[in-house]
Amino acid sequence: MAIASREFNELRLDEVSRKFGNLNALNGVNLTIRRGEFIALLGPSGCGKSTALNCLAGLLQLTSGSIWLDDKRIDLLRPEERSFGMVFQNYALFPHMNVRKNIGFGLKMKGETKANTERKIDEALALVRLGAQGEKLPGQLSGGQQQRVAIARAIAIEPPLVLMDEPLSNLDAKLRLEMRAEIRRIHTMLGATTIYVTHDQDEALSLADRIVVMSDGQVRQVGTPEELYARPSRADVAEFMGYRNLIRATASARPDGQMAIMVGGTPVTGHAINVVAGAPAVAAIRPDDLSPHPEGAIIATVESAEYRGRDFYGIAKMESGQELYFRSEDKVSQGETLKLGADPRRVLIYAETAA
Amino acid sequence: MNALTDTFEDGRRAASTQKRPLRMRLAQRGFDGVTLLMLPAVLFVILLFVYPFMYGLFLSFEPKKMATEGIFANYITFFNDPFLFDTIWKTLRLAVPVSILNVALSIPIAMRVRLMRRQRLLTTILVIPITLGTVLIAEGLLNYLGPQGWLNRTLITFHLIDGPIRLVHNYAGVFLSLLISGFPFTFLLTLSYVTGIDPSLEQAASTLGANARARFRYVILPLLAQGLAIAFCLTFVQMFSVFPSAVLLGEPAGSTRVISIAAYVAAFEEYDYSMASAIAMIMGFVQLLIVVLILASRHIFYRGPAGGAKG
Amino acid sequence: MTQHQPASEKLWSTVIWVLVIFFVINLFAMIASVVVSSFGTRWLGTWLPAGLTTRWYSSAWDEFQLGEVLIVTFQVVGAVVFFCGVLGVPAAYALARRDFPGKNIVMLLLLLPMMAPPITFGIPLATVLYQTGFGGTLSGVILANLVPTVPFVVLIMIPFIEQIDERVEAAARVFGAGTWSLFRYILLPMLAPGILAALLLVLVRTIAMFELTFFTAGPANQTLVVALYYAVNAAGVRAVQSIDAMAVVYMVTTLVWLLIALRFVNPTQIVARAKRSDAH
Repeated sequence: MAIASREFNELRLDEVSRKFGNLNALNGVNLTIRRGEFIALLGPSGCGKSTALNCLAGLLQLTSGSIWLDDKRIDLLRPEERSFGMVFQNYALFPHMNVRKNIGFGLKMKGETKANTERKIDEALALVRLGAQGEKLPGQLSGGQQQRVAIARAIAIEPPLVLMDEPLSNLDAKLRLEMRAEIRRIHTMLGATTIYVTHDQDEALSLADRIVVMSDGQVRQVGTPEELYARPSRADVAEFMGYRNLIRATASARPDGQMAIMVGGTPVTGHAINVVAGAPAVAAIRPDDLSPHPEGAIIATVESAEYRGRDFYGIAKMESGQELYFRSEDKVSQGETLKLGADPRRVLIYAETAA
Repeated sequence: MNALTDTFEDGRRAASTQKRPLRMRLAQRGFDGVTLLMLPAVLFVILLFVYPFMYGLFLSFEPKKMATEGIFANYITFFNDPFLFDTIWKTLRLAVPVSILNVALSIPIAMRVRLMRRQRLLTTILVIPITLGTVLIAEGLLNYLGPQGWLNRTLITFHLIDGPIRLVHNYAGVFLSLLISGFPFTFLLTLSYVTGIDPSLEQAASTLGANARARFRYVILPLLAQGLAIAFCLTFVQMFSVFPSAVLLGEPAGSTRVISIAAYVAAFEEYDYSMASAIAMIMGFVQLLIVVLILASRHIFYRGPAGGAKG
Repeated sequence: MTQHQPASEKLWSTVIWVLVIFFVINLFAMIASVVVSSFGTRWLGTWLPAGLTTRWYSSAWDEFQLGEVLIVTFQVVGAVVFFCGVLGVPAAYALARRDFPGKNIVMLLLLLPMMAPPITFGIPLATVLYQTGFGGTLSGVILANLVPTVPFVVLIMIPFIEQIDERVEAAARVFGAGTWSLFRYILLPMLAPGILAALLLVLVRTIAMFELTFFTAGPANQTLVVALYYAVNAAGVRAVQSIDAMAVVYMVTTLVWLLIALRFVNPTQIVARAKRSDAH
């Protein structure tokens, strides 16, 4: 099975906006997606990622802007005229149809011949490894199986674009890992362009070719998982990508070309992203990279700590009152005063934004 | 395919003017193909309910005697002719006591029945008289309440009465038939409101030391007031429009000449549709008046969900 | 609630049960007296008739032309049920799924014919129907009976539709279903139990609907309940037992459908249908 029909080169969102009353759920989103890419829309709840997906599917209409498939404008088409595949958060399987009918529904609507429909259902069932379950009703399947049916239904119509709306959020942790691998495998096999909405950065990092980080209805950064993990372009993106410690202070230049911020009189050195000396700045550090160190610049008192296998993870309070998340190889106890430090290559320093 | 090309054309135009097509702008306000699905039903109701009602209203101001007595002739006749005007009191004399009795009986019984695990048998039995309707009940009561009927026989056998008492073709017959047809309706309605009250509220009250009477007075009744007001209104409106039983079981020319009989006679025996419409309007107005009075008094009570946290 | 109850509460609950049982006994006795009478030969001044017979049924069948009356009744009921479904279900869908300016007015418009007693609007309605030539015809009877039942179907279907996950419909649309396919393949099968329940209730109500049919029917298109009314009203012309036989035919017709309906709905739904609909 291949996505031979209806190929396209790029999908383009042009100044896409959607308002709900006075709320700007999407605010001038521009995005270009190339054929065959696996794109993750990542962001906290309410950031507009699901709105964006629903606008792509045609379930929501734009307030302004346009969506283009090469040079064909699609945002004015009804959802049933777009022929995209979609996997819904709660699967949205048709409860009164068995698995085969669910998967064949889109083909039937397209007026596919009976023989072709049956063949494509068989292929889709084989692809999601549900060959034996074809006659069952969705209510008789486990969550993971329902998920597979939902995926099979979305790919059976051989869509140019597959949309997935937090498809794994209803599964337990173990099944989620398993399905994540399945989704990646199916994508690799079919090469269908996929847009995947999630609030889970691990999912986005492991699945996507490119990640689109959104907040407040706007695209904040687009990049490969590696870029986003190592070099978030903004402090808020960094925070969402796991840089839980944000320390605010004034930036100062270092002779070796690096930047530092002053915390309690001692400098914390880091990699400058977009900051000039003398301006207010934010240093972002992952909990994993912040550990007790003899030359650590940050003095903080342990509030609580828990053992998580190899290491201890804890919260410590600085003199300013700010709480920091840190990792320690040795046991720490409450009330203990630590000197915390981080490898300058792992510290990112941003300009403080007005927000 | 036409629709598709149309939208495409629309799209071109929209892209140039940056204005969405009308279809989409309407859809954002909630008007689209789906919304239009309600049009047939709404048109039907307008055509066969609103229009006839308006027609009746205007017709009532075009009396047969318009030339001599003006447009209000029907209403003047109604309120001056005791034979017509008294029908209001005769109807109220039936409807008000029966409605009050029905609601008063329904509350304690519903309170009790909601504790039952197998309510279905009782509710099923009570649905039977509603389903059979007033004509059948009137026919049954003619047999049952008649001088030779089982009720009088039983009462005589137990020496509760000496001779048969007259229960048909008078006020009592209509009253009893309204009780039999009306009580199940009021009861089932009340039951649905009573069971809508979260039982944990009453349990909470009892842990705070409220006895059954106090629980009812301070917890159940305030939550139930709104439902009871509606139950009373719906019961009253039905009782006020009593028709077949008043004819079959009552004295249609005397003590149970209710307002619907007057309307019927005007329309289908005297063929004075104008007068009949006037009487129907008066009937509707009295019903509305009582309903508005009851619902207005309901503002005194708590209004909101009766199910605790969840509405 | 196994703990000790005060004597007053016990007395109270006894009183309530006596009331309920008294009501139910009288109700059944009333129905039984009709049934016994319809099978009795001579019944004067005794507890039970002198003998049993079924001849009243054949005489009632001939005297009241019950065959024709039943045919008319089922024609009316069938047509009312059909048009209620066709008009009511799509309207319920629109009202369940869309918010639009003026929705409250539409809801009120639908609530009124259902709540207003048929007598009140029946006379103006009959007047209009006679003016337009529908009065006294089968179509007129059907139209009149649709007035309270179409809103009834709409209001009873709205909660049924609201409980269907909207994302299932979104899925159908995404996979290429237009409005008609959505109805045909998704909504109709999923709503079938609700539609069945609503239409069965309409059926029972229409068989028993007296006033509207009485006002609009001509001699040739009376339904069973109207024929029964005329028979009872003209008592003395026919034997009482004959009328009772007809009443039993009417009861059986109604109760059979009621029993079928009760397999799908809760009895309280028959009266409390619009319980939550005014909250929307």
